[in-house]
Amino acid sequence: MKPGKFAYVRPESIEEALRLLADGAGRGRLLAGGQSLGPMLNLRLVMPELVIDIGRLTELQRVENTSDEMILGAGLCHADIEDGRVTDVTHGLLQRVASGIAYRAVRNRGTLGGSLAHADPAADWPPTMIALDAALDLRSVRGTRRIQVADFLTGPLTTALADDEIITAIRLPRFDGTLRWGHCKICAKPGDFAEAFAVVAIDRARDSVRAVLVGRAHSPTIMPLTARRIAEITRWTSAEGPTIKKAVCADLENVGLIEALTFHDLALFETSMVRAAREALAA
Amino acid sequence: MIKIQIRLNGYPVEGLIEPRTSLADFIRDGQRLTGTHLGCEHGVCGACTLLVDGRPMRACLMLAASADGCHIRTVEGYKGDETMAVIHRCFTECHALQCGFCTPGMLATAYDIVTRLPGADRARIRAELSGNLCRCTGYLGIIAAIEQALDRVHGKERGARPS
Repeated sequence: MKPGKFAYVRPESIEEALRLLADGAGRGRLLAGGQSLGPMLNLRLVMPELVIDIGRLTELQRVENTSDEMILGAGLCHADIEDGRVTDVTHGLLQRVASGIAYRAVRNRGTLGGSLAHADPAADWPPTMIALDAALDLRSVRGTRRIQVADFLTGPLTTALADDEIITAIRLPRFDGTLRWGHCKICAKPGDFAEAFAVVAIDRARDSVRAVLVGRAHSPTIMPLTARRIAEITRWTSAEGPTIKKAVCADLENVGLIEALTFHDLALFETSMVRAAREALAA
Repeated sequence: MIKIQIRLNGYPVEGLIEPRTSLADFIRDGQRLTGTHLGCEHGVCGACTLLVDGRPMRACLMLAASADGCHIRTVEGYKGDETMAVIHRCFTECHALQCGFCTPGMLATAYDIVTRLPGADRARIRAELSGNLCRCTGYLGIIAAIEQALDRVHGKERGARPS
């Protein structure tokens, strides 16, 4: 299908983009790489009056390192991270996740900020950024605010982004070699949306262990009992698998997800989390 | 209507377009270059894949307006390109196409693999091809063609390099 009619504007600066958004009062839609908005326009799932193309704003491409944070411009594309054009403070997790997103032709255009703003429940960046305790800079004509990714994502395809706001940057802790991580994505073919996606981030220096799980139909779920179980393990043995599976079930039960799951889905969730935990603990 | 200027296969092209026009429709309907095929129109099938500033992208998911000022290379735009000539020969020799609908997108992805990943092995080629659907060949011929093209273009260097 083809999109419905809309007006198009490509602002020269972020200030101009913010003004256009504010003046549009909710009728404008941001376009960065267009790899999520594009299909939705073509399928007429969204029919905006105005498309504001922020794909070329250099302010959104910047990378900055401070003493305790790495700041990634929201307009960086997945391939920028896949190819290592951006220093990976996680020593490989960002690169691994980026290279598993869709296909090269999509990764060459799709952006970090766009993926988070779209908030597809099965997408790869949202659970990864939650596990890494990342924060976002949201800018509007009213000012700039900072929000943790975990608070930003409020549900499937739903976020805390206001009509007049742009995600300008993603902030990651520096980690400085203290992070151990594990990641497992299970999907039908390379590049598909995940059927199960588990990520484990262990940062002993910050006394933090996080486990996040995603399935086809539910948003990223933080798994506190699973994380606590993983934190207790000092050395991986085959006996740990069943205890992690038990913790996964308990976490899913606590958020009311377990009833609706098929045995197949549950097996994928358990297996992906066990693999992610094993990788993190072996690192 | 908005005005755009792009470089299409090396030639400057101007267009007066509706903002909702996709790059693929602009090239097919506006410029009459019908080698770029539209299958699913939502980024899944890969038939419309072409090179934008040298990198493969989906022409169905890119607005022509967003391509303003870009260099676009379609399947028609490889005259005199030695690497693509090798890929063409390998596609023929390995029976890498049947109906030909997916082929323009396959060639764009193949060109990207051969130029970007000189050390790619069979498994890597398969993974890289996951964004291009073919309903005729069963893929084996396409994978063999790309492997053969990699061998011919990169010769001895191959095997030594990690993919």
